[in-house]
Amino acid sequence: MIREINVDNITENIKEMCIEANYYLSPDMKKALKTAVDREESKLGKQILDSLQDNLEIAESDMIPICQDTGMAVVFLEIGQDVHLVGGDLEDAVNKGVSQGYVEGYLRKSVVKDPLIRENTKDNTPAVIHYSIVPGDKIKITVAPKGFGSENMSRVFMLKPADGIEGVKEAILTAVRDAGPNACPPMVVGVGIGGTFEKCAGMAKKALTRSMEEHSPIPYVRDMEEELLEKINCLGIGPGGLGGKITALSVNINTYPTHIAGLPVAVNICCHVNRHVTREI
Amino acid sequence: MDKYIQAPLSKADIDSLEAGDYVYISGTIFVARDAAHKRMFEAIQKKESIPMEFKNQIIYYMGPSPAREGRAIGSAGPTTASRMDKYTPLFLDMGLKGMIGKGKRTKEVQEAIVRNGAVYFAAVGGAGALLSQKIVSSEVIAYDGLGAEAIRKLEVEYFPAVVVIDSKGNNLYETAVKEYCT
Repeated sequence: MIREINVDNITENIKEMCIEANYYLSPDMKKALKTAVDREESKLGKQILDSLQDNLEIAESDMIPICQDTGMAVVFLEIGQDVHLVGGDLEDAVNKGVSQGYVEGYLRKSVVKDPLIRENTKDNTPAVIHYSIVPGDKIKITVAPKGFGSENMSRVFMLKPADGIEGVKEAILTAVRDAGPNACPPMVVGVGIGGTFEKCAGMAKKALTRSMEEHSPIPYVRDMEEELLEKINCLGIGPGGLGGKITALSVNINTYPTHIAGLPVAVNICCHVNRHVTREI
Repeated sequence: MDKYIQAPLSKADIDSLEAGDYVYISGTIFVARDAAHKRMFEAIQKKESIPMEFKNQIIYYMGPSPAREGRAIGSAGPTTASRMDKYTPLFLDMGLKGMIGKGKRTKEVQEAIVRNGAVYFAAVGGAGALLSQKIVSSEVIAYDGLGAEAIRKLEVEYFPAVVVIDSKGNNLYETAVKEYCT
């Protein structure tokens, strides 16, 4: 049975989701930040973490975006194969939602039309859209505005199979160490292992949208997530990079089959303002 | 240690600041980020005039979100300082005394800080709503066409920041990380 969905519905949802993501941090992220205060040993680190709590409260009560870098809008669309979209072009509908959300929501317009000519598009479009076709008759939309302080510190490593699990761990630690204070720690570390060059980067981005309460369903990957979080928090970077024990709140790893000759690893770093909103229509 | 300082900066205040100090800045500061830095740098090289005097001033690396009606400014936290590194030594040599941003600086910037008796502060990255409340007024003074990247003059009251590189060249990012690295 085919279900018709009008693209106007998508526009309206994306508009609301861009605004929601930039003013209200998700409950799991808020909880992770709150519990981090007790675990921080550095006095200055605690002070920074307290400021971040205050910042979230002010953002909600006074309607000021949590961070001035309200990001480039990354949109994941998981479209049920029994959905028939009507009423217009899907990509246009997504970008219309982003435009309305950023203009009406007093969000910063941070997108330039050309990477070298660098003229601002003035409505934060276009979004970066990741489509996937899934079973069913619904559309799952995730809007994840991504700030570039942390995006700029992200890396792809094309490792050799012989580098193995230790090579992967070292690559992730290298990316986090190099990111240091630039990525606004405490960070969330999204990792993609396997696939191809672009597949691992996509997985790393998707990993950032995972709930803080979820872990990899694969036992050895889950162990690696826990071990890396511990090791990252021993690097000394701390909140704001000003020294301390809380450098990351979570390490989220996704994996995929890969080629006999390769071991791609992508590390997508996000700051503590790890924004993502999901809705199903 | 907590310290209260005025902007523009005095030599006495700069001399008293040490890496790791938590400071509250009040007074007038300027805002400029990537595009404004590039434009001013190129203007100086072409011996053209620039829209601000650097002498004793603080530049805040920031691009705000739009202000709602009746407010001075929108969300207003620091951006990554390293993107300004290419332009900074020249500005410091021309009299700039303070910078507020976040993240590491190059060796060239650190040397220019020491050479000119200046200071680099970090504000809390990602605390744009909180920092917005410390900004009393905001006025675009140049390069309006750059939108969020225009040069602004801000009046701030008790704007919180941490001294990362002091005028002697001590660098908190290096020392503090060592202290907590196990």
